[in-house]
Amino acid sequence: MDLSYGPEYEDFRSDLRVFLEKHKHKSPLAGMGMRGHPGPFERDWQALLIENGYTCRTIPKKYGGYGAEPDILKTVIIQEEFTSANVNSGLSGQGIGMLVPTLLERGNDDQREKYIRRTITGELYWCQGYSEPGAGSDLASLRTSAKVEDGHFIINGQKIWTSSAHFSDMCFILVRTEPDKPKHEGISYLLMDMKTPGIEVRPLVTMTGAAEFNEMFLTDVKVPVDSIVGERGEGWHVANTTLKHERGMLGDPALLLGRVESIIKILQHEKLNGRPLMEHASYLDRLVAAQAKTEALKFHALRLLSQTLNNEEPGLNRFIIKFYGTELARELSDIALEALGELGTLYDGSPHLRAHGSWQVRNMFDLGLIIGGGTSQIQKNIISERGLGMPREPKLAKAN
Amino acid sequence: MEFGLSADQKLLENSVRRFTEDSLPLERIREFANARTGFNAPLWQGLVDMAATGVLIPEQYGGADFRMLDAVVIQEALGRTVTPVPFTASAIMAPVALLTGGTDAQKEEWLPQIASGEVKVGVGVSEVISIRDASGVTVSGGRLNGHAMFVMDGGPADMFLIAAGPDNLAIIPRNAPGVTVTQLTTIDYSRMHCEIKLENVKADLVGGPAGAAEAIHKCIMAGRLALAADTLGAAEVMIYKAVEYAKERRQFDRVIASYQAVKHMCAEMISQLEPYRSLVWYAGHAYDAIPDDAPVKILLAKSGIDEAAKFVIRTATEVHGGMGFTDLMGLHYWYKRINVNRVLLGPPEILRNEAAIAQGWLKQHAII
Repeated sequence: MDLSYGPEYEDFRSDLRVFLEKHKHKSPLAGMGMRGHPGPFERDWQALLIENGYTCRTIPKKYGGYGAEPDILKTVIIQEEFTSANVNSGLSGQGIGMLVPTLLERGNDDQREKYIRRTITGELYWCQGYSEPGAGSDLASLRTSAKVEDGHFIINGQKIWTSSAHFSDMCFILVRTEPDKPKHEGISYLLMDMKTPGIEVRPLVTMTGAAEFNEMFLTDVKVPVDSIVGERGEGWHVANTTLKHERGMLGDPALLLGRVESIIKILQHEKLNGRPLMEHASYLDRLVAAQAKTEALKFHALRLLSQTLNNEEPGLNRFIIKFYGTELARELSDIALEALGELGTLYDGSPHLRAHGSWQVRNMFDLGLIIGGGTSQIQKNIISERGLGMPREPKLAKAN
Repeated sequence: MEFGLSADQKLLENSVRRFTEDSLPLERIREFANARTGFNAPLWQGLVDMAATGVLIPEQYGGADFRMLDAVVIQEALGRTVTPVPFTASAIMAPVALLTGGTDAQKEEWLPQIASGEVKVGVGVSEVISIRDASGVTVSGGRLNGHAMFVMDGGPADMFLIAAGPDNLAIIPRNAPGVTVTQLTTIDYSRMHCEIKLENVKADLVGGPAGAAEAIHKCIMAGRLALAADTLGAAEVMIYKAVEYAKERRQFDRVIASYQAVKHMCAEMISQLEPYRSLVWYAGHAYDAIPDDAPVKILLAKSGIDEAAKFVIRTATEVHGGMGFTDLMGLHYWYKRINVNRVLLGPPEILRNEAAIAQGWLKQHAII
């Protein structure tokens, strides 16, 4: 056991702290996600972070990044310090998080030149066109088609769960170009301009009352043939490059530890029959039980980090993160809400509202996160099959 | 930055595991359990030969002078084979208590004998945590009276450390006049705990500079950490036994491991348990390296893994179907060991209360 990061990294951390102290007044609000296209305020902050190497660190300089060698400890330190200072850590979203790494690995020079710099500066915002009404957990069964005519793909079909589509400039989309091939071999990965005629975006209002997602209808949408990433039929593998980047994340226990802190404050300050909730054994018991799980996750993430640094394949230890983290997030928001009792149900600007009603939004959104990005049931398949070596369920003979 | 076991710790883990796995096939586990002594001489000698009994004892007293994380590694390996030895009380709790609070004379008298395995120690500190059946020991005029319950590993012990309230800890040889030992048979036959009645027993009190209160406090902390490690090892074995069984057992022309209902039970078990490995390791490391952080982390590790393991013992048994319920399969030895670990030195409900107090959220127990 050696939990120190070493002098080089502690210097990096103290420089970052100085930076945050000096510049945090320019930071957009942290942790809000993207509710609209990045404006000048967000883009200036992003430029400052890139210039100092606190975001887009490993993206080559020629594409507008900072051009550093990958260093996972520095990435972790950046995440820790921005979270604890409650400062915005730069632009997020599927363009920067998923498309850019994919273009770096699978795109051609033209595509990299054309898109990476404009994406990381916030000029271009991207949405992801993967899921369809009939292709959720079984994404590879997607049916949106693209036929080639006159140097263009002609796209027809429907996508769903396309978050941010209503303000995105571009979409990276999976379409079926080779209908006669097996399902994983017939997909292509295209880059589609959202201003192309034939795209209709309809907001998908969720249980929180907000329209966090969209449905996207595609009718004879013409996309030039050179907007394909990789070859025809390779789209599944190209997309998996991106998913690997998404799954490569170590989880962010700092966020859940922050939630535990918020619940501690609720139990200390909210009173029931005139006494602090903390003195009620049942609420206290649930808080500490969830705190134990959160601390376990924190050190589990450190262990994963250590395995990654040593080039060990964490396997099982990595597979459990999404399942464990999203279930725990929901447990934590449950505790906050239930400790608040009737007050916890208040919403939408009501009198006596606590924390702007955000615990209800979080609690509902936590359920969304249990379902999205591979449901808990799919995660359990991955854990048992790839982590524990249990066999896949045999396919049913076609019923019709 | 290195979060994990060192090369030496992995070697230690491997050698203890090789020894216990070779020594304890299921029929031996059953045989030792049926003996109900909580002890087996060749097994104990094997641990002595590996210097495990002196793991926490300094070299000057004949020990190996290792750290708490090393003791955690050994205890986890012992849990994997539900090993019938009094390791937790004798090799972890007693040395911690004597090293923290003992006088030089007490350390010189007892630690070499503990390290060499000649003296096995039972530790009775339950009453400091929770009192059941009006148990408790008092000290007055140099004499001890009362009864101590659930004296850990007391069945095979040659000597006892018994708390008389939170501020006194007495050293009591088993054969001292006025001592009556009654074995308490729990569902777990692999370790034997006991009740000790004391009538006017001469008090040799642990009383070095750090004082008995600190000795009791650290001894309980170390004991809880050891129980968490024991549960970690035992519960992980139960999960992999369930996975292996499911890969063999066929129903409706398929191995049952191919049914999602069964797979998901296994995925849930490993997901709940595995993060606690990291918390247990960290707590073991913090005990020596970051002592201010250790008390809360040990309370969270022990109470947390108790809940994860509670799910494991019922689910792993269920994956085995009817066989899980039989003595033939022997799964119940792990089930029972884990169930007893859960409540020794305070059940998780009490530990969570203590964690709240230790973090300053609460002035006194919510449960009174």
